[in-house]
Amino acid sequence: MKMMTNIDYLELYDGHLPVETITNRWYDDFRLSNYGAIITFVGVVRDENNIDGLSFDIYEPILNSWFKSWQSKAKEKGAIVLMAHSRGDVLNHQSSYIAGVCSPKRRVALELIDEFVEDFKANAPIWKYDIINGKREYALDRSTQISGAGLLS
Amino acid sequence: MVRIEFLGPIGKEPLDLNISNLSELSEILKKDDSLSIWLKNSACAINDVLTNDKNAPLNDGDKVTMLPPVCGG
Repeated sequence: MKMMTNIDYLELYDGHLPVETITNRWYDDFRLSNYGAIITFVGVVRDENNIDGLSFDIYEPILNSWFKSWQSKAKEKGAIVLMAHSRGDVLNHQSSYIAGVCSPKRRVALELIDEFVEDFKANAPIWKYDIINGKREYALDRSTQISGAGLLS
Repeated sequence: MVRIEFLGPIGKEPLDLNISNLSELSEILKKDDSLSIWLKNSACAINDVLTNDKNAPLNDGDKVTMLPPVCGG
């Protein structure tokens, strides 16, 4: 079930993402806004390391402010950013993450989608777990410390 | 009272403490062995804003959040 947050264009779902529904809606919503470039990045859970899927926790207050700062950055370039992400379990070969950029010109969109996805990986307050034999195991070795980590040590 | 919340995989119930800055919080949390790894790798937010200032003042009703390493997508 989709839940729109109070930040425009950030969508969080329980379970896997209905990719076609989301990307088709984004296309229909924004193709008439005179954006010449609409780029979407769809992340799909891979079958590897004997996992059945992935599971996610999200901390929404800081995710919202992180996303809002990206929306401001995109606006300076005449662009917008879009994002959908899953909460809870997502099985192999399903999608947990979609990022999108709409901009008047392709170069801005291509550069922005790269920066947006990389910064998302490094700073968005989302925690990933492997699902193995029905249990969640925190993926510490694939996780990135947020800038300023260790302040209390 | 200041509420301390531990996010994601830390898996610890919130604490309510009488503290006036993050240095005091650090001293208290260091006594909990189950948190030793998380103190080293977690970032810290006051009222949902990330901070790098251990001496930032904490007031009654503030919320401190500990954010362990992230991996979305």
